[in-house]
Amino acid sequence: MTALVSIENISHSFGATRVLNDVSLAIPPDSYTVLLGPSGSGKTTLLSILGGFLTPSRGRVLIRGKDCTALAPAKRPTATVFQDYALFPHMSIGANVGFGLRMKGVARTERDARARAMLDVVGLGSAFDKKPHQLSGGQRQRVALARALLVEPAVLLLDEPLGALDLKLRRQMQDELKAIQKRVGTAFIHVTHDQEEAMALADLVVVMNQGRIEDQGPPERVYARPATRFTATFMGESTIVPGSVRSGMIETAIGSFPAPADATHLAIRPEHVTLGNGILAEVAEVVYQGSFKRVTAKANGIGILARLNPGISVAAGDKVHLAIDPAHVITLKD
Amino acid sequence: MARALSIFYAALLYGFIFLPVAVLVLFSFQGTLFPIPPFNGPSLRWYEAVLSDARLTSGLANSIGVALVSSALATLLGFLSAWGFARFHLPASALLRGLITLPLTVSYLIIGMGLLIFFNWIGLPKSLFAAGIGHVVINLPLCFAIIYSQMGAHQANIERAARDLGASEMKVLLLVTAPMLWPALFAAFFLSMTFSWDEFVISFLLTRFETTLPVEIWNMLRAGLNPKTNAVGALVFGVSIVLAIIFELVTFRKRPQ
Repeated sequence: MTALVSIENISHSFGATRVLNDVSLAIPPDSYTVLLGPSGSGKTTLLSILGGFLTPSRGRVLIRGKDCTALAPAKRPTATVFQDYALFPHMSIGANVGFGLRMKGVARTERDARARAMLDVVGLGSAFDKKPHQLSGGQRQRVALARALLVEPAVLLLDEPLGALDLKLRRQMQDELKAIQKRVGTAFIHVTHDQEEAMALADLVVVMNQGRIEDQGPPERVYARPATRFTATFMGESTIVPGSVRSGMIETAIGSFPAPADATHLAIRPEHVTLGNGILAEVAEVVYQGSFKRVTAKANGIGILARLNPGISVAAGDKVHLAIDPAHVITLKD
Repeated sequence: MARALSIFYAALLYGFIFLPVAVLVLFSFQGTLFPIPPFNGPSLRWYEAVLSDARLTSGLANSIGVALVSSALATLLGFLSAWGFARFHLPASALLRGLITLPLTVSYLIIGMGLLIFFNWIGLPKSLFAAGIGHVVINLPLCFAIIYSQMGAHQANIERAARDLGASEMKVLLLVTAPMLWPALFAAFFLSMTFSWDEFVISFLLTRFETTLPVEIWNMLRAGLNPKTNAVGALVFGVSIVLAIIFELVTFRKRPQ
């Protein structure tokens, strides 16, 4: 499979601060890629480099096999959806969406027709003559999406596109983004720090930390078998326990599990901890979350996180036995 | 009691500010030869006298011309310099920004003298053109400050979006930056108009035969007071008020985002 976008050994520094450190990544066509990481991880810098707003200190960006590293944003086959939408406040929604075609010299009647069609795709066909300030945040987001898609980019770049929306709207827009991506078939590269958003959207999730790629792959794999300790803590919750390996087993304060020789830590997802025949622990905290109870219990000085059935009655101070499913224990190396 | 006192104080204060202007306007309608009590008008004879005085009407036309052209130029230059400072990393940016706004703190007399000496040196004769340049010099810092204050990071992102969609730098400026900033551009333009309109010192120093209205009024005043000076003063005041109202409307009008 040939990659649509190849990022080759990109490094970038702002002054003395190195924000990207030898990053390489291949983005397949027609895919939804999510760059996930905390602030300062370099994900937004990487997106800016892809969009042409920054030229990296080192490395290359190839799009459809063509070197675009130093190509201006106007000249490269990318389009960006900005976090603050960056709509043109003095233009109608139709003129906003048609702006890219206007720059290409497409005649007015044609670009209006195509802008209308694209607004229909994002479900805003009736807003053509309105101004940006008359729309809600979620609607503006869709206009920004339509505007970027109308120039038919090879890659659509989305910079925390849902960051300014409230939670409910965010989850709804998330579903729509995925649906729109499948409908138009353009490759999307989406930057976020929200791991739930990443798991819901991504075909390929790329976990970034301190200017490096920690892990990449389908979200199911990254969640179930995170490559690094950082990924295990950032993609969902887990209990991390240090240990040492002796003859194929890692010995930890909460038991021994099969592990490769270079493992240094265990990660246990809270949904793989149940009440049952296992280690004795004292409940430290119970948080009721509706569909489950989030329980922290101390065993041998380790706070084990568990996601228990909400019907189970436990309270702080209770002594419980916790069973850990060895099939789902994640071993990590440093 | 306290309330009555504060109303009295406010009345005194506003009287102090506006009474001279009110008296000036009142006696511009005087029926007789002297602008002194008793008032025996109203009469428009002095306004007729002003409008049939060729020197005053050409001064009026000159003032309007200088104000329009110099304000347009100051706004354009202010816009371009604001854009440069806001969008590009310039060496010693803060220092250069300080220098560009420095003329705001220098007296018009000093600026006028400096220009007079400089123009003399390069051989540019005293003229409306020279005075117009003077007005650009005093209004450019103001235009720069007004427009620069409106160029935030959000606007920079909007320009970036335009570039991303294929706009050349010229198209970004014409189709996005300038229209987005039009309230600031209009405010800068009308405030410049107001200052240029009643500016005296620089025009006085830099013009000779053709001159602006404030200088013509000064010439008239040297011959002594009569209600004609009141009438022309009232006209100047009226135009200033109109410009100030336009400025306020443009600047403080509630606008979406």
